Amino acid sequence: MEWFLANSSLVWSLTLDHMRISVIPIVVGFLISVPIGWLAQRFPATRGLVLGGVGILYTIPSLALFMILPPLLGISVLSEANVIIALTIYAVAIMVRTVADAFSSIEPQALRSATALGYAEWGRFFAVELPLAGPVLLAGLRVVAVSTVSLVTVGVLVGIQSLGYLFTDGFQRRIIPEVMTGVVMTFLVALLFDALLVVLGRVILPWSHVARQPAQAGA
Amino acid sequence: MDLVLEALLWLFSAEQYQGEGSIPQRTLEHLVYTFGATLIAAVIAVPIGYFIGHTGRGGTWVVGLTGAARALPSFGLILLLVLLLGVSERVTASLVALVLLGIPPLMAGAYSGMHQIPRSTIDAARAQGMTEWQIIWTVEIPLSLPLLLGGLRGAVLQIVATATLVAYVGLGGLGYDIIQGIPLRRFDQTMGAALVIVVVALTLDVLLAAATKWVTPRGVHQGRLSDVRARDSVSRTAPVATVAASPEKEITQQRNTSS
Repeated sequence: MEWFLANSSLVWSLTLDHMRISVIPIVVGFLISVPIGWLAQRFPATRGLVLGGVGILYTIPSLALFMILPPLLGISVLSEANVIIALTIYAVAIMVRTVADAFSSIEPQALRSATALGYAEWGRFFAVELPLAGPVLLAGLRVVAVSTVSLVTVGVLVGIQSLGYLFTDGFQRRIIPEVMTGVVMTFLVALLFDALLVVLGRVILPWSHVARQPAQAGA
Repeated sequence: MDLVLEALLWLFSAEQYQGEGSIPQRTLEHLVYTFGATLIAAVIAVPIGYFIGHTGRGGTWVVGLTGAARALPSFGLILLLVLLLGVSERVTASLVALVLLGIPPLMAGAYSGMHQIPRSTIDAARAQGMTEWQIIWTVEIPLSLPLLLGGLRGAVLQIVATATLVAYVGLGGLGYDIIQGIPLRRFDQTMGAALVIVVVALTLDVLLAAATKWVTPRGVHQGRLSDVRARDSVSRTAPVATVAASPEKEITQQRNTSS
């Protein structure tokens, strides 16, 4: 606590960096996953291929991905873009399966009724499918948010400032409270993001207060 | 793209395959950490998960634990435990961190594997006169295996990825060449090592996926009992009939061997 109080401005600025780096992969990952997952569910022939593909991406350890991406994309290993793109890939890897499950869990009768009421394909997607898939999508997004916040810390190994800095700096200088602060703050940021998503869900999905939580990610 | 070529050159140069810190040695270290941690995690998590799944008490607790564990930064956990236990105990500390990561998915797999079994199946086993232990060993555990292995797959995936980070506390493994190479800007070396890690992680995942298929009793799909009778009435084809016969056969076989 003493260490925390003496260094609170450093902790605060690292926390802000951490949040900034986490938000982009969560949002962009979600926006990329929804169409991919929807297509995988809409065209069953592609389902195995798409889900298998994202499964492989999820298997790649983060540190390895930080090394492999830069030459493929022509960016520097030590750039923030590297970490953000890698984490976006993980977000997509986790989220696509949930999106496919979310859309395939919709009752076919509901879709047929919507078509019978005169909804065209796009209108039906936004007015019927997306809201009905909402609770499951939200559950998946919560998993993505929490694991992204936790993975950002590994970025410190390629020189990206986040709460992970407290791990390496604290370890090298043998300051236990510093590492402890890093772990606790990362955990708190993850909880904060999770809570924000729950609140967001209550606001935009008022008809479902219980969002189902998948038992495990990536399995 | 030059870097990819240089990485391959690094990967296939003879010096990576002999002496201290060779790729085979690093791979072995990595696998020892992974299997050791997975085994300890399984010994702890599976009985607890089965107990909760069998009794049906504390299920929400397992789900909560799995969610909370995801928020724990594994890298920080390793460094914190090494500092807390002392640098001389860094092997133990790293193993503890890896075990802690493996427990939640394994426990969730064991729990949900038992939890998803329809009550009617267990009641049927009881009605046949099976004792509680027979129900656990010959009905619940075989039917839970697909989801348990799913949990095992998740745990191994976590542990094998996190084991790349123990090199930071001086423990080798496949992460060593990356963590040592970054400050030196030896990006051929870091990329080459990353490729080895990817191959190892993918191989383990594919093997476990195959194992999951292999332990799935016939008539069960992705851990869900398929309602074979309903399908049978729709189409009375031969394959469906064999599927319908198999779960019973499976159970009788195991019952005979165990009694």
